[in-house]
Amino acid sequence: MFTYYIQLGLRSLKRNPALTALMVMAIGFGVSASMITYSVFRAVSGNPIPEKSSQLFVPEIDSWGPGLNEKGEPPGALNYVDAMALMRAHQSKRMTLIYQIGLSTLPRDADSVPVASNGYAVTGDFFTMFDVPFLYGSGWSTADDDARAADVVLSREFNQRMFGGANSVGQKITLSGHDYRIVGVTKRWNPSPRFYDAWGGSGFGDPPDFYLLLNRALDLHTDNVGRNSCRGAITYNGWDQYLQSNCIWLMPWVELDTTSEVARYRNFLESYSADQQRAGRFGWAPNVRLPDVMTWLDVQHIVPPESRISLIVAMSFFIICLVNTIGLLLAKFMRRAGEIGVRRALGATRHEIYAQYLVEAAAVGLTGGLLGLLLTAIGMSGVGLLFEPEIAQLAHMDLSLIGLTLVVAIFATVAAAFYPAWRAAQVQPAWQLKSN
Amino acid sequence: MHIQPILAALRRHKAGTVLIALQIALTLAIVCNALFIINQRLAHIDEPSGVDEANLFVIANQWGEQYSTQEAVERIEQDLVTLRQLPGVQDVTSSNNYPIRGISNDNFITMTPDQRAPTSDAAYYMGDANFVRTLGLKLIAGRDFRPEEVQNQGLRQTVDPSVAIISKAMATKLFPNSDALGKHFYAMTPNPITVIGIVDVLHRGDVSTWSAPYIGESMIVPVRPADPYGIYYIVRTKPGQLAAAMRAAPKALYAENRMRMIDPKDGLLSFAQVRHRAFESDRGMAILMSIICIVLLAITAAGIIGLTSFWVGQRRRQIGVRRALGATHRDIMQYFMTENLLISLGGLAIGVVLAFGLNLWLHIHLELKVLPLTYVLGGTVILLLLGQGAVFAPALRASRVPPIEATRPA
Repeated sequence: MFTYYIQLGLRSLKRNPALTALMVMAIGFGVSASMITYSVFRAVSGNPIPEKSSQLFVPEIDSWGPGLNEKGEPPGALNYVDAMALMRAHQSKRMTLIYQIGLSTLPRDADSVPVASNGYAVTGDFFTMFDVPFLYGSGWSTADDDARAADVVLSREFNQRMFGGANSVGQKITLSGHDYRIVGVTKRWNPSPRFYDAWGGSGFGDPPDFYLLLNRALDLHTDNVGRNSCRGAITYNGWDQYLQSNCIWLMPWVELDTTSEVARYRNFLESYSADQQRAGRFGWAPNVRLPDVMTWLDVQHIVPPESRISLIVAMSFFIICLVNTIGLLLAKFMRRAGEIGVRRALGATRHEIYAQYLVEAAAVGLTGGLLGLLLTAIGMSGVGLLFEPEIAQLAHMDLSLIGLTLVVAIFATVAAAFYPAWRAAQVQPAWQLKSN
Repeated sequence: MHIQPILAALRRHKAGTVLIALQIALTLAIVCNALFIINQRLAHIDEPSGVDEANLFVIANQWGEQYSTQEAVERIEQDLVTLRQLPGVQDVTSSNNYPIRGISNDNFITMTPDQRAPTSDAAYYMGDANFVRTLGLKLIAGRDFRPEEVQNQGLRQTVDPSVAIISKAMATKLFPNSDALGKHFYAMTPNPITVIGIVDVLHRGDVSTWSAPYIGESMIVPVRPADPYGIYYIVRTKPGQLAAAMRAAPKALYAENRMRMIDPKDGLLSFAQVRHRAFESDRGMAILMSIICIVLLAITAAGIIGLTSFWVGQRRRQIGVRRALGATHRDIMQYFMTENLLISLGGLAIGVVLAFGLNLWLHIHLELKVLPLTYVLGGTVILLLLGQGAVFAPALRASRVPPIEATRPA
């Protein structure tokens, strides 16, 4: 019976090609607009580290106080003094501090000019906390942090450029005139959004070139090239005074496995702030936060407003297309009231009529979905025109998107057909036969 | 034209009527907001930078070696000479940032040293005595910097500038009721800064939404950033010589000192490229919203045509009866046109509410500005015309139904 309905459906689709084409186009355009914008939204709003996102937290301390902080909220990063105090306190299982640096590298051939490379100064826990995958070697230990060793981890891409992809562990690399020992090379690792630098960076972009041992970077006065924010009159003069200033630029992350650890760490932040208040460094009551990864990304508004607006507008567009389809299906089905009357008179039940027209709608949905797939594929190649390059490059067509496009198109069309099909099933055979 | 019989007929086609009205309502809501977004984005893209964009290019110069402040100063001065000697180059300056780069470098502005809530959050440009001239800024009051006023700023050093040139927008914000020239303010500095010059327009370094309250509020201090990281060179060329000078500049710089890095991707940009990059997402939004608007209007029109054609087909006999009873072509045309007008008006009434509702949501969650009434009025007119245009062809077909149809069975 089902195949018979499909045959009937296809025949009926051919009967009103204009109407059918209109419905197919409405579904196709609607679903593809939604899918293109969704693919971008999916990429920018996803969980970058699903296995651990609820165990990684940002300790925030209000080091600026009322009137200077961000509308009552503590600033999004730490100044050097507080960052180092948290490091020394060892109150979490793991902790890292991060800041962005830009260094020069000199490729091996003597004639070449230096090239810019970008990376992060981090502590050894960075690699274990964020499950950074390694191609060669590994990260460094906390003992290396304490020894202020000249260690560096290269990214796969950078290792490819500098060493042609060979195992470079143990080799020396010169960055901005200083030598570093390569201890590891990561696999391709570029969490998106880049949650660990969401305060400092845009959250998206090419993977970093290297990860440098933080204490070493500090010893060499390697300046922060990421975001930096200060309050009040700036009076520091030189690196050492800068470190003592109220400028925030170090991004802290802690790993806490259980809710009791989280509660304990929050208490620690409170008591640290209270100590600072007693010591006269803070002239205000403790004001701390401890958001996890997804809360942090939300607070930092990492999803560009363009992505949200375009998704909302595209989905509304799809809804209008569906309303349009309901109307057209109604017109199409009711035009065949006479035919329905004959079928009903010959013994077809309402249920059968209903099923037949839903199948017909599903055929429209499937065709619309296929058109939508085509339009989505075309749209994907033009997505660079619609979004900034670093965001556009995240959107891609994969199996799940293809499946979703078809499923959404069919389900939406069948849902749109519920009412028109019900109306078709309500046709009174006697009436139709009489008027004929 | 009697409306009563049309309303009576519509009551018998509740579903179709409701669907068309709903579609018009939703379309109005989306189209108004989309048009508003397009207009906002286009206005943003057109924001003036205040600089001579046609003849400017920028070199992002990073040092390949760790220079001390003194070394960096010497290198910068040498580079500026090299660039100035290039054929076609009119002027050269160095800075920590440039307008519409896309990234801000700003300082809080206060009128007293202990004021907590800042009066402005102004873009903070470090320029030399050539900055105003090179960028082609219009000095509308006061004077330019003198070479001896320019101080060098090394790694995380703070120089305390005593003078500044500010934009007119900043002058108006700081001193709304009086002439800013000669007045003082604080830019996170321990000592007051005196306004010695005012330029007409100078855009901020960023083009973000957060800085919209401070749009155009910029200041220049006589400082040369000489830190180990790098510096921007801004080069003004003689008319028509931009491309040639852009090709020659990196070569000349590398020939003079190769321990530098000019990123192949974005180290060398004409100001046209700068503007293009700065407003990429705005342009994208405008394109996307335009596509959606056009397709949406087309689909809505097609939907109206489809349903009206169905109604015409359904009512052939009634039309025939009316024609037989003396109704003219015109009467039949008018009937369907008026019917569409009534449905449209109903839909638009709901649509106005939906349009403001959607705008309110976007306003609260995504900082879209409040939708002006003109957009809703404009959208209403567009959709009324669209409805009337869409219904025209089916109505015309209806009017051609011959009276003989009255005698045929349906």
